[in-house]
Amino acid sequence: MNPVKFRETKIVLKNIHRPHSRRLKTYLKAGGYQALKKVLKGMNPQGVIKEVERSRLVGRGGAAFPTGLKWEFAREAKDIPKYVVCNADEGEPGTFKDKQILEKDPHLLLEGMAICGYAIGARQGNIYIRGEYFQAYRILKEAVKEAEEKGFLGKNILGEDFSFSISLYRGAGAYVCGEETALLDSLEGKKGQSRVKPPFPAFEGFQNKPTVLNNVETLANIPDIILKGAQWFLKIGSQKTPGTKIYCLSGDIQRPGYYELPTGIKLKRLLIDYGKGVKGELKAILPGGVSSSFLTRKDLSVALDWPSVAKRGSQLGSGAIIILNDTHCMVDIARRCAQFFAYESCGKCSPCREGTKRTRELLTNITLGRGELSDLELLCELQEVMYDTSRCGLGQAALNAVRSAILKFRDEFEEHIRERRCRFGICPLGKESS
Amino acid sequence: MKSRLKERIEKILTEYGGKRQALLPALHLVQEREGHISEEVISYLASRLSLPSVDVYGMVTFYSLFSLKKEGKNIIRVCVSLPCYLRGGNQILETLKEELGIKEYETTPDKRFTLEPVSCLGLCDQAPAMMINDEVYGNLTKRKVKEIIRGFK
Ligand SMILES: Cc1cc2nc3c(=O)[nH]c(=O)nc-3n(C[C@H](O)[C@H](O)[C@H](O)COP(=O)(O)O)c2cc1C
Ligand code: SF4
Ligand code: FES
Repeated sequence: MNPVKFRETKIVLKNIHRPHSRRLKTYLKAGGYQALKKVLKGMNPQGVIKEVERSRLVGRGGAAFPTGLKWEFAREAKDIPKYVVCNADEGEPGTFKDKQILEKDPHLLLEGMAICGYAIGARQGNIYIRGEYFQAYRILKEAVKEAEEKGFLGKNILGEDFSFSISLYRGAGAYVCGEETALLDSLEGKKGQSRVKPPFPAFEGFQNKPTVLNNVETLANIPDIILKGAQWFLKIGSQKTPGTKIYCLSGDIQRPGYYELPTGIKLKRLLIDYGKGVKGELKAILPGGVSSSFLTRKDLSVALDWPSVAKRGSQLGSGAIIILNDTHCMVDIARRCAQFFAYESCGKCSPCREGTKRTRELLTNITLGRGELSDLELLCELQEVMYDTSRCGLGQAALNAVRSAILKFRDEFEEHIRERRCRFGICPLGKESS
Repeated sequence: MKSRLKERIEKILTEYGGKRQALLPALHLVQEREGHISEEVISYLASRLSLPSVDVYGMVTFYSLFSLKKEGKNIIRVCVSLPCYLRGGNQILETLKEELGIKEYETTPDKRFTLEPVSCLGLCDQAPAMMINDEVYGNLTKRKVKEIIRGFK
């Protein structure tokens, strides 16, 4: 494979550097809405889904579920009406990729959603957008209006027998609403607390009707897959999960930012060629935000795709790569992660509601010099229990970071407990504290 | 309740066919206009949507963008999630507390500012970061924070 071409493949961010990239005019000049045209003028819904299936596109929102299969489930479901819902709730700490598409190339998302609607037989799409994304909301609203005016959304799109409209719905500040079933409840005007699965949303989703729920980045891949074909897509990135991924680099890195690269790029190369190196000495990496497990220097050769990261015992999730240098205390960091989940737990199921609170308490005690060695075993056990028994992904993943910190940096935890010492002078340990 | 606000709520209710889906958009509207969700609004929405008041109340407490207490004119949302913390986010929160003379979730006595620690704002490449109302501020330092706040005064 030619490495230069390999590096320059852009799919979802290909337009964002154009001046006025958010405008319909710019989008059309760049070949926008051609995929929708191709679909409406000459493909049947099964053909569209076959193409998406053949591309092996998997969801970019975290769970990496095959997109074509999800669409097929919804298409086959008997109940009507059907819905397309876009997850634009982007809440995983360290993730800021969907925002780029929403703010800089909104029509790409709208086109992807319309194609999905045609494929599954839906006439209505909803974008659930994070409450704090004020700017993105305004831009999307404008884009929907533009698309409606020019006949790319609404009744009889491009003069064909297909109607599809898109509404926007604003979230209101709750991380758990990014979880698909909590999102659906929130979209129905309820508290965002997860539903028991199955049934999965493809069968019973919005208003209990068949619903495809996809992440922004996932949907933004659709127009090019349709236009250029699955064969083209398969040539990019990793075999098993081809295409590109927007990796978000944050934390102790020289050049934090978002980088769209072929899946399977080596972590080391991402950090050096794109991130321009670590600030200070590398200590630990969270490849999929605070919901993932810590990797260390030993893992620098890992290929950044879902199966490869999973083999290292972690999760790529939405691609939020957080870098930690050696000035941080892992006990303190574990406590911060636990705090986040205790705050964001929706409280619907007891393993997560109680487990996240207890974890925060145990870790806070360790940082105060009141920990016991048995706490470490307890925390690891708690991780297992929560993984097995929590109702949604929040509780299942809540202790990934904590457990992996204990396993990989055990000496730091023991030092806090046995010697009441934090070698970084960060934890209060015995000193009076808030 | 002001009649103008009632009118706008009614418009939202109609738009959503009187379904409870109207609840979040209506609460957004009221929060934006009034700086909080009052008991009066809660019972009004509950009765219009045939829901128990406690249900609407539960919505207000569940979602962090809504509040029961009246908030200040300017809402400062400072990120306390990990990527910002790694880049000194804690100092930003401390500086804000000092500069405003209030603690987390409090409002200044002159009602100009409310300080809220929040989860990741999607600005992690500009960490540490915060938002004031709908404006974003990134790559913050103590000095920058002080200048921004003083600029508001
Ligand atoms: C606690 C939690 C938060 C999540 N947050 C998001 C999110 O902000 N955005 C997103 O697209 N998916 C999020 N997900 C994943 C969704 O549940 C779902 O898998 C995804 O939106 C499906 O779309 P995809 O197949 O296109 O990835 C979250 C999952 C969990 C458990
Ligand atoms: S796992 Fe946590 S967030 Fe998910 S339903 Fe249970 S309490 Fe709520
Ligand atoms: S962690 Fe602070 S903005 Fe993302």
